[in-house]
Amino acid sequence: MPLFDLRLQEIHNKLRNGEISVTDLVDESYRRIGQVEDKVKAFLTLDEERARAAAAALDKRRTDGEPKGLLFGLPIGIKDNIVTEGVVTTCASRFLSNYKPVYNATVAAKLQAADAVSIGKLNMDEFAMGGSNENSAFHPTYNPWNTEYVPGGSSGGSAAAVAAGEVYFALGSDTGGSIRQPASYCGVVGLKPTYGLVSRFGLVAFASSLDQIGPLTKNVEDSAYLLQAIAGHDPMDSTSLKADIPDYVGALTGNIEGLRIAVPKEYVGEGVDPKVKDAVWTALKVLEGLGAVVEEVSLPHTEYAVAAYYLLASSEASSNLARFDGVRYGVRADNPSNLMDVYLKSRSEGFGAEVKRRIMLGTYALSSGYYDAYYLKAQKVRTLIKRDFEQVFERYDVIIGPTAPTTAFKIGSQTDDPLMMYLNDILTIPVNLAGIPAISVPCGFADGMPVGLQIIGKALDESTILRTAHAYEQHTEHHKRRPQL
Amino acid sequence: MSITIKEVEHVASLARLELTEQEKEQFAGQLNAILKYAEQLDKLDTEGVEPTSHAVPLTNVMREDEIRPSLPVEQVLLNAPDEEDGQIKVPAVLE
Repeated sequence: MPLFDLRLQEIHNKLRNGEISVTDLVDESYRRIGQVEDKVKAFLTLDEERARAAAAALDKRRTDGEPKGLLFGLPIGIKDNIVTEGVVTTCASRFLSNYKPVYNATVAAKLQAADAVSIGKLNMDEFAMGGSNENSAFHPTYNPWNTEYVPGGSSGGSAAAVAAGEVYFALGSDTGGSIRQPASYCGVVGLKPTYGLVSRFGLVAFASSLDQIGPLTKNVEDSAYLLQAIAGHDPMDSTSLKADIPDYVGALTGNIEGLRIAVPKEYVGEGVDPKVKDAVWTALKVLEGLGAVVEEVSLPHTEYAVAAYYLLASSEASSNLARFDGVRYGVRADNPSNLMDVYLKSRSEGFGAEVKRRIMLGTYALSSGYYDAYYLKAQKVRTLIKRDFEQVFERYDVIIGPTAPTTAFKIGSQTDDPLMMYLNDILTIPVNLAGIPAISVPCGFADGMPVGLQIIGKALDESTILRTAHAYEQHTEHHKRRPQL
Repeated sequence: MSITIKEVEHVASLARLELTEQEKEQFAGQLNAILKYAEQLDKLDTEGVEPTSHAVPLTNVMREDEIRPSLPVEQVLLNAPDEEDGQIKVPAVLE
């Protein structure tokens, strides 16, 4: 059995009794990368030299009997929009192809403090805009279950690397589904925490009111451990919440007796693949068997979420991406004739089509004469969507449905139609608009490709969605299946 | 409402993007499709509904106005495309 298939506790036991070393774990990571990375292409940068030095230092501490961090010795991959000191951070954009941050994102610093070992930086859609990883300026990532299919996105590299066994776990970011949708497509666990639970300091901003960093892991227990390590208030992020951080691992009791589950009819209706629906209803039966109560409800404004989201997220993106001007960092275009030319040429040469499209949409929606009709209207619809959730949560503990309407699609099949691509996120976007947490867990396969079950919780109630997901996982085997590469 | 090539050019100049003729055509078509899709929001009555800018209530974060260390100039300049005398260098603003 590969080391990465062991539970975190078992790995720590083996480290403690000297059966394995951190160097062994890091070796396993790079060995696996050597075997499968040509097919998967999950990474943009491998950081082998530093990883090996870090492993050696941790091994020394281990044999010296010094205290160990929560994630001691575990190899992790980090999405390439999270800045890492001294390691190129590109956001999968030509514009930042030479950008070497001089500081660490708070989450990167926390991983270091927890003694995790960073293996490298993971591929994504450029600036996290996309749902297939086809928008990476460097290369696409391939779904480990079938390399003719997309891994999803934008955290496609993170999901694929975990599914392929290249790293023990990974960090992604989720603005409209970018952790949960690729987790669903690649058959791994993806958690988007409550907005503000995890610091965004050092996460290159796409849509600041929606972005949130979270874990992609093989199972729910690992997700709880990783969340434990990264959650918490950060004075460097003014939107960071001052909330008490509970014991997430301790919340995994396996007991969901009496849990009240709401299934929104809009999440299991028209437009959702019948095979996906079957897998979700089968999962709900498992949860019922464990003592949960399942009832159908309505989130009536679901159908408006995608339209509101694209106006809001693109507007925020057009403002956030104004910083990429070719002056202070990034690639400056050659031979500009004046300062305006630096802006125009650097941006036009540095950004890919999807990024330009969203900047254009956002600039239009915010421009004089259109602000009320688009941006303000979308903000009001956001309120209605948020209220939908609040009303359901008055009577239920969690909301459950599919993570995505379909399983992964073939590479190239949706690239000509941005709107169709946007609709893949219809079941994940409302959660970001409401700022609440949600987790995607594997709940079966349709035609050989993984299906994800989405469990949505109340704000700051990660414990309940983790507990529900974990209880489900204990009674199914889906998360134990591995792709043949 | 339909976006014209002229409007695409105007928005591109606001966004500091230089588009090719082909990109202008393509974006005009795609932006029209996306905005047409967004028109469904008009079906909703939002009279009296407060806009949500952030999902969680935010308040201003205050701190003492104390001097704290910042990044050294050499480090800040490490990523600058061009520099001179400890400053970031750009071409002339006015010709």
